[in-house]
Amino acid sequence: MNYAIETKDLTRTFKAKKAKKESPSVITALDLVNITVQSGELFGLLGPNGAGKTTLIKILSTLLSPTSGTALVDGLDVSHQAHEVRKRINMVSGGEHSGYGILNVQENLWMFSQFYGVDNDLAFKRIDEMLEVLGLAEFRKTRIGKLSTGMRQKMNLIRGFVTDPKILFLDEPTLGLDVQISRDVRKYVKNWVKSNSEKTLLLTTHYMAEADELCDRVAIIDQGKVVACDTPANLKRLLKQEAVFHIDVNLTTEKLDRFSGIGGVKNFAFEHKPHVGKTELKFILESDSVISQVTDALETDGTKIISLSKTEPSLEDVFVALVGKGLENES
Amino acid sequence: MNPELKTNLKAIWGRAYVRIFGANREPSWVISETILPVLSVAAYVYVYRALNPDPLYTSLVILGGAMSAYWMNILWSMAMQFYWEKEMGNLDLYMIAPISRMSILLGMASGGFFFATLRAVAIFVLGIVLFQAEFVISNVWQLFLLFFLSMFALYGMGMLFSSVFMLFGRGAWQFSTIFQEPIYLLGGFYYPVKTLGAAVAAIGSLLPITLGLDGMRQLTLKSGKTLGFLSVQTEILLLVVLSIAFLLAAYYSLIFMEKLAKKEGRLSLRWQ
Repeated sequence: MNYAIETKDLTRTFKAKKAKKESPSVITALDLVNITVQSGELFGLLGPNGAGKTTLIKILSTLLSPTSGTALVDGLDVSHQAHEVRKRINMVSGGEHSGYGILNVQENLWMFSQFYGVDNDLAFKRIDEMLEVLGLAEFRKTRIGKLSTGMRQKMNLIRGFVTDPKILFLDEPTLGLDVQISRDVRKYVKNWVKSNSEKTLLLTTHYMAEADELCDRVAIIDQGKVVACDTPANLKRLLKQEAVFHIDVNLTTEKLDRFSGIGGVKNFAFEHKPHVGKTELKFILESDSVISQVTDALETDGTKIISLSKTEPSLEDVFVALVGKGLENES
Repeated sequence: MNPELKTNLKAIWGRAYVRIFGANREPSWVISETILPVLSVAAYVYVYRALNPDPLYTSLVILGGAMSAYWMNILWSMAMQFYWEKEMGNLDLYMIAPISRMSILLGMASGGFFFATLRAVAIFVLGIVLFQAEFVISNVWQLFLLFFLSMFALYGMGMLFSSVFMLFGRGAWQFSTIFQEPIYLLGGFYYPVKTLGAAVAAIGSLLPITLGLDGMRQLTLKSGKTLGFLSVQTEILLLVVLSIAFLLAAYYSLIFMEKLAKKEGRLSLRWQ
């Protein structure tokens, strides 16, 4: 079977410079990495700084040679069929400053489209459409040197999409962007993959929520090794943690053991908080549908529900469990 | 048209566009590219006038000043370009595009040639107007051939430098600084190169601009033949050889440097 992306025992080492007369030490950026990405998939690479994510993207995008192993993109070897691979791909990195400040947004995007042989009419049509969707239409004629970081990143994103690649690599596309712009970018990325079943997108990110929201499957990579690879839902199941329903009610002192007897309640706990006039109830249920029986029981008692929420194990919990640290507390 | 050829032609035009249309957008270019260069040329004109009233030397200096625009473009723009592109983050994007790297360099070269020509024409025209420099063309076709062969060879050399500098990062800056003045000396921009003696002039003739300028002086100045180092025909022949040699060297150097940079991981490593 031809995968959109396939790596077999992919390894990349770098020689680290040391003081004169000392032999250089070898750093292993990727260590026998094996991943497969299906066509039409939005695949995420999640890992801390220095984990090897960008190295992997650079190899797949023909910018870096593997030390050993193979990397195939659309069935083509990146080392020996680089030119053919390049016809099928594009890449956008977070925080990149590509383009020429002296040219405006439209001219820069047109220029990059020319490197892929896109006809002028088609290039301008795509550029106009994407500028509109990403809210940059009014900046079409603005020199890119005058754009904000967020606008620049949106432009970079358009640069990646304007050549209509079969496989797109996005390296930290929302790095340093504000909430609203990150949301716009994520929405655009998601829609692109959904509306083009033949397109494949490989995304690296620091942001767990981003990977959780966007990716069909996620590979967690640490110190050059893939430590887990599955759908976000399956990765969460690895933790063997169950979803917890939190219900705040206006009871303050009563004994609440009766809730344990409701069919489908696997576990129940409560904590009175008289100083704030409420009690916190925690339920672990056999299925989500049981929650309606719980709320019915509360209403029958005349108990007022103040709030109801569900907590599931997050991708971050999975990451911490597998890697032994969170992304935020890297040393 | 063959799709590969079409894509590469589009890439050449796309990259040249930046120089042709973008670079002239800052109004300051009028001062930096026309008025300031004329000032340095004027200094040499007054030196010659103080020592020798023969107007031949005024014309000689004007022509040398105009042609120096191309050398400056090669040294500071063409040769350094891949280094700048790496710093700006564009090099990655050129390298992942399905085009020949030569197309990018040709785009840079044609854009750079256009921009340097503006500067050269400005020096030439202002020189004629301000200093009444005289030019008499003895053979238009030879002049045309000599000029364009000089440009092919010169920009071929620039492309070769560019591929080398792609790998060496900031070392490229030092290289350009070190080579600027010695090449002004060897190139004979402001005096006939044969003044240096046959051996040094022969070394200087490894630079296409030296041969081109020497031949152009012979073809455009009243008693230019007396200034020539080699015959125009010999210089045309040598420029053909240099054009082919530099373009081939640039092509193979680019392939070699790209492979090496990918192996060593230096293709997109900034601030080395």
